[in-house]
Amino acid sequence: MADHAHDHEHHPYGLAHQFEDTAQQKESVLLGMWSFLITEVLFFGGYFATYLVYRTQYPIAFTEGSYQLDVKLGAFNTVVLILSSLTMAMAVHESHKGNKNGILRYLIATFILGGVFLCVKYVEYSAKFEHGLVPGLAWHPHGEHSPQLALFFSLYFGMTGMHALHMIIGAGLLIWLMVKTARGTYTAEYNAPVEVFGLYWHFVDIVWIFLFPLLYLLGKTHG
Amino acid sequence: MAEHHNSPTVGIYLSVFATLMVLTALTVWVAFVDMGAYNDLIAMVIACTKATVVIVFFMHVKYSSRLLWLFVAAGFLFLLIMFAFIMADYASRGWMEAPGSYFLSIQ
Repeated sequence: MADHAHDHEHHPYGLAHQFEDTAQQKESVLLGMWSFLITEVLFFGGYFATYLVYRTQYPIAFTEGSYQLDVKLGAFNTVVLILSSLTMAMAVHESHKGNKNGILRYLIATFILGGVFLCVKYVEYSAKFEHGLVPGLAWHPHGEHSPQLALFFSLYFGMTGMHALHMIIGAGLLIWLMVKTARGTYTAEYNAPVEVFGLYWHFVDIVWIFLFPLLYLLGKTHG
Repeated sequence: MAEHHNSPTVGIYLSVFATLMVLTALTVWVAFVDMGAYNDLIAMVIACTKATVVIVFFMHVKYSSRLLWLFVAAGFLFLLIMFAFIMADYASRGWMEAPGSYFLSIQ
């Protein structure tokens, strides 16, 4: 709007016209992202509630299923994902300073760590297909087992699969953020996309923080 | 609004990361120590502690406005309500015979 040019004299970079100032815009952006994340918390909450119900009904089958998972790989992935949360927090930290190279460096680190996590997950999934522990696709478990063992593995693939899907979407968004960062879109005044993506990435980390003990660490003392 | 802009230092991020690593090691170690039903409880207490640390420091809730803090807390409160109602339903299903099944059982 050329005839409102005087309005733009003090118009900070990246500020949408409906907001008073950058602080108000930031508050709204964060509140909006948290609204989405809370729907995500309740969405994964449905999975966790299902797990809780069947776990209490069939504790033996769940312990048997847990024996089939590799604690070392699960723990390794937990460390990788928490490390990626650290690099993402650092990317947000650099974005507050408007340091383009700093943001880019930490986004790349986060992307690589996310990739490592997904590769390990691929190795784990392949092993489950080989051992016939995939309900519906390759289900022929060896030896004696509870009839409800398939329930555990259905939940395992449902929960870790939905988590991995969130990681894949996150990796896609990271590529988009890296391109925008390289173009110099984010500055000390305008960096909301980096910060908001950081919230998403940390949320995905939190889901795994619960999945790891619930799926990998059951009844280890009875083995 | 200036007080909302003080974000954590790199030192805080590194301490948070170290805390999360220690808690991860602890949860793996404690899973191999037989404590009966307490194993699950301890695993969940550690997971909740880790999640809280991530939310408060990595997700900047500590450094955000009170409104955001309330918003996040309300979200998790509703998650607890969902768990409580679902588990109350499943836990109490065997307590009472439904009227229909009662009359069927005396015939």
